[in-house]
Amino acid sequence: MMHILLSRWRQGHRTLPYPKELPALPARFQGLPRIAAAKCPEACRLCAEACPVEAIGFGADGPSLDLGRCVFCPDCVEACPEGAIAFTGDHRLATSSREALVRTGTDSYARAEVLGEELKRVLGRSLKLRVVSAGGCNGCEVDVNVLGTVAWDLGRFGIQYVASPRHADGLLVTGPVTRNMELALRKTYDAVPGPKIVIAVGACAIQGGPYCHREEQLGGVASVLPVDLYIPGCPPHPLTILDGLLRLLGKLKEPR
Amino acid sequence: MSRRALNLVKNGQPVALTELAPLSVADFREAILEAVQEGDRLACLCADTQLRLFAVLADDAGKTLRVVRTQLDQPRYPALTPVCPQAHLFERELAEQYGIVPEGHPWLKPVRYHRPWTGGEPQPLPLPGVMDFYRVEGDEVHEVAVGPVHAGVIEPGHFRFQCHGETVFHLEIALGYQHRGVEQALEGGPHPLSLKQAETAAGDTSIAHVWAYCRNLEGLAGVQVSARAERVRGLALELERAANHVGDLGALSGDVGFLPTASFCGRLRGDWLNLSAEVCGSRLGRNWLRPGGLQHDLDHTLAERLLQRLEQAWLETQDALELLWGAASAMIRFEVAGHLTPAQAREIGLVGVPARACGISLDVRHDHPFGPYRDHAVVPVLAESGNVHSRAWVRWRELSECHRYLAAALTDLGRTPCDPRPRPLPGLAADSLCVSLTEGWRGEVLHLAITDAEGRFARYKIVDPSFHNWFGLALALRGEQISDFPLCNKSFNLSYCGHDL
Repeated sequence: MMHILLSRWRQGHRTLPYPKELPALPARFQGLPRIAAAKCPEACRLCAEACPVEAIGFGADGPSLDLGRCVFCPDCVEACPEGAIAFTGDHRLATSSREALVRTGTDSYARAEVLGEELKRVLGRSLKLRVVSAGGCNGCEVDVNVLGTVAWDLGRFGIQYVASPRHADGLLVTGPVTRNMELALRKTYDAVPGPKIVIAVGACAIQGGPYCHREEQLGGVASVLPVDLYIPGCPPHPLTILDGLLRLLGKLKEPR
Repeated sequence: MSRRALNLVKNGQPVALTELAPLSVADFREAILEAVQEGDRLACLCADTQLRLFAVLADDAGKTLRVVRTQLDQPRYPALTPVCPQAHLFERELAEQYGIVPEGHPWLKPVRYHRPWTGGEPQPLPLPGVMDFYRVEGDEVHEVAVGPVHAGVIEPGHFRFQCHGETVFHLEIALGYQHRGVEQALEGGPHPLSLKQAETAAGDTSIAHVWAYCRNLEGLAGVQVSARAERVRGLALELERAANHVGDLGALSGDVGFLPTASFCGRLRGDWLNLSAEVCGSRLGRNWLRPGGLQHDLDHTLAERLLQRLEQAWLETQDALELLWGAASAMIRFEVAGHLTPAQAREIGLVGVPARACGISLDVRHDHPFGPYRDHAVVPVLAESGNVHSRAWVRWRELSECHRYLAAALTDLGRTPCDPRPRPLPGLAADSLCVSLTEGWRGEVLHLAITDAEGRFARYKIVDPSFHNWFGLALALRGEQISDFPLCNKSFNLSYCGHDL
């Protein structure tokens, strides 16, 4: 017993002070991309050609990067001779709609909105989530799981992963939704009592990720269920996931 | 036919297909059965659309790999499984992928529930988890079905227990829910997405898989990777191992209700992952390696900073885990659960931590050394009892080895300048075969690439250690209490997507 108490004292209190303070992210962390369209040479398409998941399109404002498709590889950044695309250290990536994930040269990025008034009243102070991996590689899964450790202590925000869909207010889904998981995912969703929400975590869950071209998967959660929150990344950093969850519940005190 | 007559290959070095003369089907079978009889391990058995069969035999003690091949005239041959249980899942895979019937296979069920790769629509279409499960009949015998969706944050799979009261007579594991088509996606490659797919074949083992993939490309392209890049890759692999071992030991503590270590390790695992993130930006080592070398190197200031953080993480990890080994109530639970004998382990071709926990010396870093492990040797860590305690103990001793290895690597890397970015690789050798093995934190990761006349992948086979080891979990449960399943399962901690691909 004394050993345990001594260890407890040595290990200290390690829950991160977030959201009061932002934890330090690694210098090479890849967050919200910034696109300097003014630097783009006329008719240059090198970034789009380099992108392995067709995440880059071109419109009137120059290139746009679809974070729902992006697997956060360095190919577009390296292909650009002008340095027009750069991933910043901004971890706040979650959105409420699929369209909002398309990042353009403008500064605005419509981050996730708070749940509607009625849903917020019901779920805002206590959100129980059933996590379903539907073809995930265990990358997103481990970074979802880590929010439950003492470092992040998800419970202090009133959010908890639960063992049964019957106890849940919604699903948190990872993976591209393999054909072999479609039925299980639908059944799990049906077992959640309403009102309920669905959260798609990671590039696979949003659009199929590195498997977007494969017929063994369905191209993301939205092909099967209505999605309320999109959290991009491959995998998203735990801070990105937590930021999305807290935005949804209106628990972040910062401007959007 | 003696195995001495078979084609020797080296880990990561290509061989022209013309040098691998096809054996007759009878000789192919005999060669495999004799080699296994003499103590070799069937590391891989696979086919392709042309009905060529390839087998990789590993003589781990003798530090050699052999490849044998044959050509089938028709999609059937006498199964190996009745005399060589190691082949059992490989042969089920052959039947599912290419419709090749291993005649006399006692357990020919689906593996991943997909359509055949040879085209056509089977009737009825395979439905995941729908198969003829082994059943025990009798008074008071009952069946427990678990999954595919499990109670935790964990990948899907279906477990079917045949129980008598608390006692498990038999456990059958049906996977395939995670099947994304990784091997087929790699065919015709390397494609722009291939590297990412190798990284996510089993996304918690990114480095071990992507390293095996890179070594195949480098071998086939005839490119030598610098000693520094190899050392950094070793750093990446050992960080991956350390983070996962810390996480597993914490989770094992949690499964027996010993919460101090569970809580500390949950947090400490993040500290180890964050060391990787300092170098490559990703906690899981994504975008760290690239064919020919590295995407991210580390300069001496970063190496120094990492060394400090490594020492701190190691100090706190030791503190957390020494508590566990001193807790008699946790130890007794570890010692009585999930027992496997060395004979069982050998028979089913177990690899990695569970094999070493049975006293079987098996570690790719030692037996078929690659990259930095040629000059910086690693001693395989063994335990004897083959139970949960042994599997935990092996992880703990390996953590200590990881720390020693990482500290030395960071010290050395701080002394030499960073590598320039590698140039794109030249084309791959045509009509060749390359086998590349690495030792991931779970065990042996095998990638086998066969190129066509244009130097593209005609076949790309991945064998995650979980493919060998899931059956070990099923055997470890025999005669145990069903309530110990979570503990036994965690002591193996196998990959679902690595198996399902």
